[in-house]
Amino acid sequence: MADLTTESGILAARAARAPEDARWRVIARNAFPFIVVFGLWEIVARAGVFPPKLFPSLVTVAEAFVNLTVRGILPHHVFDTVLRLLAGFFLAAIVGVTLGILMGRSRRVEDIALPLVSIGAPIPGLAYAPLFLLWFGLGNKSAVLLVAFVSAFPIIFNTWTGVKAVKEIWVRSAQAMGADDRRLFVKVIVPGALPYILTGLRLGLAQAWRILVGIEMLAAVPWGLGWMIFGAREFLNTDVMLAGVVVIGVIGLALEKLVFQKLEEYTVMRWGMMT
Amino acid sequence: MIAVSARTRSTLRATVTIVVAALLYEAVARTGYFPPALMPTLPKVWNALIGSLMDGSMVVHAASTLYRVLVGMGLAVVVGLPLGILMARWKPIENFFMPLVSALMPIPSLAWVPVFILWFGLGNTVAILIVFYAALFPMLLNTWSGVRAVNPIWLRAAGAMGANERTLFWKVIVPGASPFIITGLRQAFLRAWIAVIGAEFLAASDFGLGWVIFDAKEFLNAPLMLASLIVIGAIGFAFERLVFGSIEKATVLRWGMVRVVKG
Repeated sequence: MADLTTESGILAARAARAPEDARWRVIARNAFPFIVVFGLWEIVARAGVFPPKLFPSLVTVAEAFVNLTVRGILPHHVFDTVLRLLAGFFLAAIVGVTLGILMGRSRRVEDIALPLVSIGAPIPGLAYAPLFLLWFGLGNKSAVLLVAFVSAFPIIFNTWTGVKAVKEIWVRSAQAMGADDRRLFVKVIVPGALPYILTGLRLGLAQAWRILVGIEMLAAVPWGLGWMIFGAREFLNTDVMLAGVVVIGVIGLALEKLVFQKLEEYTVMRWGMMT
Repeated sequence: MIAVSARTRSTLRATVTIVVAALLYEAVARTGYFPPALMPTLPKVWNALIGSLMDGSMVVHAASTLYRVLVGMGLAVVVGLPLGILMARWKPIENFFMPLVSALMPIPSLAWVPVFILWFGLGNTVAILIVFYAALFPMLLNTWSGVRAVNPIWLRAAGAMGANERTLFWKVIVPGASPFIITGLRQAFLRAWIAVIGAEFLAASDFGLGWVIFDAKEFLNAPLMLASLIVIGAIGFAFERLVFGSIEKATVLRWGMVRVVKG
């Protein structure tokens, strides 16, 4: 009996300490590969195998990052890029979700729109870029419109699938209980299709981010991360480029993890649509 | 009229839509509301398409784009497939590579174009490496989740029946993970197809469908731009439907890993 209590006491103590320990272990485990890779990079950079202009040491990259941030250049680039992303994405979200729902609900709209959407979708978004540049000129208008156009496709497809996937029995039971069209739409169809719509929005945003970086290199916008790294090429500023690439990665990760995971927790998970 | 099924009606409506859309475009183009250099009529686009196909230039461009995609994808498969399998089978490898993969994945492949241009110069190398980068992650992650998703009962059953590591690998793990691996290939191709066009815009050598579009822009040659857009779309579509469709039919469908959804 005494044995048992001490044992459970130890177990309890270990259990209390375990999460703390485990957290540190996870952090160490995740940091380890980066330390190895950064170390290798630093060794190669310092060894002078490649010209330091082209293969800068990480210290130089960090300095470039701090320098650009302090002078307010990097924040300005980031701000413009994010603004463009949001403008294009919201345009795509509004048009895409509306069209997707219409396609899902009405056979006629589906028959009309689906062939056009299916033709446009398999062409890589960036291939339209020169056409957009010719039609709308260099600059912001082309960039935002192209981002909107390209990210609309996954949103349309997923919304359409989602609306079609709403269980027929939910619609019929709601109708049997006397729901009018508006209530049916707001209370049944939208929540039912929401997991798909959110997936579509997430794919659309990822797509928009990928295209935006490319179009900023082509559309000669005055500010923007894509332009920053592409422009740095002219001056052999590899450190600025690498700092820009890191910032692009961080923003991409933040969009994915922070925005959508939160949104999903608040809506579909709370409603029990998804586990 | 009674015999017309819903499916035929849909096809009919789809055709009508496309014809109407084409006619609308043609009408707008003919009114001359937009400069004809920017919005060419469809016969002009058609002539540009046929002309460039007949004199072989479009074929050469398409071939060099395909070459870049296939080499890049080949590299991605050679690296991604074994690494994905190793990551799924050995925990230390997963612990080492997973953080790196999650850090690199959110960086769009095109962001590397300026860096790669500085490192490798203009030309094929940049395009191939960009394709490789774009295709690697879908390949790797799908293989990884595919191998992890292999039903443990199959592994234990095969083990109990005396399969050694090699047979286990070839007869159980690879077929078991194949639906995921094929999905990975598909996604990798889609990504690669986008990336190669972007890489050709920016790191233009002399050939490639992306380069044709970008070059045609300089000369306001809108018919040629639209013609190469059509070629790009057609090749993407063909790969998606024909190549991956038949790979699927020859492997996972035959092995009964996934069922055809009867529509």
